[in-house]
Amino acid sequence: MGSRSSHAARIPDVDSIQRETGFSQASLLRLYHRFRALDRNEKGYLSRVDLQEIGALAVNPLGDRIIDSFFPDGSLQLDFPGFVRVLAHFRPVDVEDHGNQDPQEPEPLNSRMNKLRFAFQLYDLDRDGKISRHEMLQVLRLMVGVQVTEEQLESIADRTVQEADEDGDGAVSFLEFAKSLEKMNIEQKMSIRILK
Amino acid sequence: MFLLLPFDSLIVSLLGISLTVVFTLLLVFIIAPAIFGVSFGIRKLYMKTLLKIFAWATLRMERGAKEKNHQLYKPYTNGIIAKDPTSLEEEIKEIRRSGSSKALDNTPEFELSDIFYFCRKGMETIMDDEVTKRFSAEELESWNLLSRTNYNFQYISLRLTVLWGLGVLIRYCFLLPLRIALAFTGISLLVVGTTVVGYLPNGRFKEFLSKHVHLMCYRICVRALTAIITYHDRKNRPRNGGICVANHTSPIDVIILASDGYYAMVGQVHGGLMGVIQRAMVKACPHVWFERSEVKDRHLVAKRLTEHVQDKSKLPILIFPEGTCINNTSVMMFKKGSFEIGATVYPVAIKYDPQFGDAFWNSSKYGMVTYLLRMMTSWAIVCSVWYLPPMTREAEEDAVQFANRVKSAIARQGGLVDLLWDGGLKREKVKDTFKEEQQKLYSKMIVGNHEDRSRS
Repeated sequence: MGSRSSHAARIPDVDSIQRETGFSQASLLRLYHRFRALDRNEKGYLSRVDLQEIGALAVNPLGDRIIDSFFPDGSLQLDFPGFVRVLAHFRPVDVEDHGNQDPQEPEPLNSRMNKLRFAFQLYDLDRDGKISRHEMLQVLRLMVGVQVTEEQLESIADRTVQEADEDGDGAVSFLEFAKSLEKMNIEQKMSIRILK
Repeated sequence: MFLLLPFDSLIVSLLGISLTVVFTLLLVFIIAPAIFGVSFGIRKLYMKTLLKIFAWATLRMERGAKEKNHQLYKPYTNGIIAKDPTSLEEEIKEIRRSGSSKALDNTPEFELSDIFYFCRKGMETIMDDEVTKRFSAEELESWNLLSRTNYNFQYISLRLTVLWGLGVLIRYCFLLPLRIALAFTGISLLVVGTTVVGYLPNGRFKEFLSKHVHLMCYRICVRALTAIITYHDRKNRPRNGGICVANHTSPIDVIILASDGYYAMVGQVHGGLMGVIQRAMVKACPHVWFERSEVKDRHLVAKRLTEHVQDKSKLPILIFPEGTCINNTSVMMFKKGSFEIGATVYPVAIKYDPQFGDAFWNSSKYGMVTYLLRMMTSWAIVCSVWYLPPMTREAEEDAVQFANRVKSAIARQGGLVDLLWDGGLKREKVKDTFKEEQQKLYSKMIVGNHEDRSRS
C-alpha cells in the first residue's frame, strides 16, 4: 500500500539531484516513476537487461551503445541518480540558464558542449578522445546492418574522417567533431521535453 | 464482562435467522432476474452513487494538497514526453539541413550528425515507450477509494479516511461474501445443468436447454462480479459458422461475452476445477478443447477450428488473438492463426472503465485466486461491449493484413491505441526483423537504393 507514494520527498537525495541535473521536482517525480516501472523485479536499481527489454530500444540500431552510456566504467547496477544524470543531458536548454552562468560553477549537464560530448562518446568506444577510422566503421556498420557492402562503408568512413580531420592525424578529435557541427542546432536536436 | 440475559440464546438465533433471510432474499433477487435475463436497474443506481462519491473524494484531496502548497500527482496515460511523429527520413534530413549551409540535394551521403537521430530516439524510448506501460494496471486520474490505486496518501483528511474505512467494511464484509456465494451458485449450476442436459438425446430441445443453461449461469457469474455491462449494436452479434474475436484484458472477458451470446469456447484442457467445468460444458454442446500436447501443433489446431466452422449447425467460436492479457489501453498484435481459416470474422471491442475496479490480470504479479479476490473486492466491473459489423478476408489480403485490419477496427471503436507490437513482449524479447527495417531505411539515405525497394 505505501509503496506507491508519489511525493518528491520519497526520492532519496532529491535536492542534490535537482541541483546537479536541473530537472524540476515534477519532472524528477515522473522520471522516478519511470525508473520504478522499468525495475520490474523491484531490485532498487536497473541492470542492462531491464533496459534491453524495452522493445523500441532493442530495434534501435544504436540501442546497445545507448545502454552502455548508462553503465560507465563497467558498472553493472544503475541507481536513480545515475539514471537521471544521463537523461539530464537531454534536458531542453532554458533561456535563463545563460544569463545566470556563474563562471565558478561547473557547466550544466545539458549545455551544448555536454550534449556534443555525449554524442561523441557514442562513436568513441575506447574513450581515447578520438574517433578513429575503425570506430567510425563500427558505428556505420551498426546503423546499416547487412544492407551495405564493406567497400562502400569503408569509402564513406574514409571520406567522413578526411572531411572532419584538420590536424591530419587520421582521427577525429572532440574539438574537430564540435567544429564540424558548429552550425547545428544541437540544443533542439538533442533535447527531450518532459510534459508538466 | 458478559451480560447473561435470560433471552441470550434468543438474540443469537434471531440474528442468525435475520442474516439468513437477508442473504436468501438477496440471492433470490439476484438469481431470479439472471434466469430470465431481466434487470432491476439496481447496479446502475449503485454506479451513479459511487461516481458522485469519487468526485467528492478527489476534490478533498486536491484541497488538502493545495493547503500544503503541493501539486497532486496526475498520471499521464499518453506518455510523459513531447513527441513529434516524423519519419526517420524527414528527421535526418532536418538535422542535416540545420547543420550545413551547403545546398541539400538528394544525393545519398553520410553526416556525423546522423547519429543524433538514433541517439535521441533511443533516449525517448528509455524515458517513455509504448509497450512497458501496457503490462501494468492503468493509472487513474481521480481516486476511487481503493487503497490499491492511491498515489497521494499524504493528502487524505480524517473524513476521507472514515469514508475509505466504510468502503472497506462494505466491500469485504458485505459484498465479498455475497459475491462468493453467487459465484459458487453459478459455477455449480453450470456443472450440474450441463451434465444433466448432456443426458438428453440430441435434438432441438437439447440445444434449447443447453443454450439457456449456459446463459443463465453466465448471467449469475456476471452478477457475482457486479459487472455492469453496456452492449452496443447487438444486431451484429456473431452467428453460427463464424469466429468472434475480441481484445483480451482478463479471463472475465469470456464471462462478459458469453452472458449475451451462445459461443463455442476454444482452449487448453486444464486440471482441477477448470477441468471439471470444461468436461461438463462439452457434454451439452460441442466446445473445442485441446490437450496440452496438441496446442503446439498449429496445423492440428487450424484443422479442428476449420472443421468446426464449416459445420453450420455449430456455434460461433470465441477467440482472443492477442494471446495474452493487455491492460486495456491498447490493442497489440493479433496472431494470424484464426484469420487463416477463411470464416467470417465478427470483431468485438471490450473497454473497461477502470474507475470502479481494474479488470486487468497482471499474470506476472497475481495468481488466479488473488486476481479473483481483487475483482470481488472492487466496487464493480463496468465495461462497454461493441459488436462490430462482420468482416471477411479480401482477395488481395494475406492473413496478417486481414488481422491488422480487424485489429484497427477494434482499436478505433474501443478508443484504444493500435499497436503493432506483439503481446508476447511481456515475456520475450523483440525480434531482430524490426531492427533490420530501420537499418534498411537508413542505408537508403547514405548509399541510395540500388537494392530492392524497402517497405515504407
